[in-house]
Amino acid sequence: MLTARRLGKRYGEKRVLRRIDLELPRGGFLVVTGPNGAGKTTLLRICAGLAQPTEGTIEREASRAQVGYLGHEPLVYRELTALENLELYGRLYRIPERRERIGMVLERFGLWEARHERVGSYSRGMTQRLALCRVLLHEPELLVLDEPYSALDEAGAELLDAQLAELRGERTFLVSTHDPARVESLASGRLALAT
Amino acid sequence: MSYFRDVGALARKDLLLELRARDTLPAMLLFVAAVFVIFHFALPGTPSRLETTGFLWVAILFTALLGLGRAFVPEREQRTFDGLVLAPCDRSAIWLAKSLATLAFLAAAEVVALPLYVLFFHPIHGAMVAAVLLADLGICGVGTFLGAMAVVTRARDLLLPLLFLPLAMPIVVGAVGASVSASPGRYLGFLALYDLLFAVVCWASFEYVVAE
Repeated sequence: MLTARRLGKRYGEKRVLRRIDLELPRGGFLVVTGPNGAGKTTLLRICAGLAQPTEGTIEREASRAQVGYLGHEPLVYRELTALENLELYGRLYRIPERRERIGMVLERFGLWEARHERVGSYSRGMTQRLALCRVLLHEPELLVLDEPYSALDEAGAELLDAQLAELRGERTFLVSTHDPARVESLASGRLALAT
Repeated sequence: MSYFRDVGALARKDLLLELRARDTLPAMLLFVAAVFVIFHFALPGTPSRLETTGFLWVAILFTALLGLGRAFVPEREQRTFDGLVLAPCDRSAIWLAKSLATLAFLAAAEVVALPLYVLFFHPIHGAMVAAVLLADLGICGVGTFLGAMAVVTRARDLLLPLLFLPLAMPIVVGAVGASVSASPGRYLGFLALYDLLFAVVCWASFEYVVAE
């Protein structure tokens, strides 16, 4: 699903990623760990197609429509409601039976009751749940999740655990985390980045 | 057809954001009204049509600049650009939708500006209205494109006028020419050509503007 060879990234003089090789087969679950500044986010952005490497090559079998990316930002508009945000993404991803799918993900992450509230009024945990709804909405083949547990309370984290476990094997995962123990049982491989 | 559905969804989002946040349109309306009131009291006697036409276009251009500077503010402040860039739609749809939303705001500002111009200065004629419509297309298309380039830089507030105003000079020439000339046809044709040329350039190259 994803193959990277001698991947590197520079921003001007600053090198943020150096000679990364990775092989992620379809259905795999690769956990990326490393200290702050090791380049986890840059690697994930490259793998999601949001950034281009300055060195090396990357081959991704999934098209843009088949990638679900969760970054440090929820990528939702604060002035819109949860429903309006997901409607927008649902339209852009051309999801068939969009309304039903939106209702399903909102129910799953416990946001159905708050669907008509503006995202600006959500807590950080609720916003992260909405971000997960956005990522899963179009049922992507490749899930690139950067610190997916951040800002989630225990209930939210358990919901995410259940979701990951359900999709494990059916989808391909690239997950960065500071808490690898949380996804230990799901992982098929681990990539440790150093500064 | 799906391209225009994407443009519609994105433009609807921009209009909804403005309806909720009211960040751009009130500022544009207040600015353009204030400019005309200031011109009215600052100009001694009855200024000629030639002079007031120039003021009208200065007011329109700077009002548009105000709107263009805010076009990508939601994406910048809420960092939602990645979400739009990742979506499987053609990336030029983002540019076209933003341009249309900015066009709607500029048109709303002109609904205030043109009656004020008539009230304070001179009547307007058909060629002038046609020039306004054609100039708006060019201003919003080019300005939105440059706004997307400027928004990722630290000096965005400085960069947008620096990039936009030189590129808007042909619009001013065409628009003023169409407004004051006895035969405005060639100026309107020039504006239409400018719109077409830059629409194609912006549409084809927006992909590279948003790519990291």
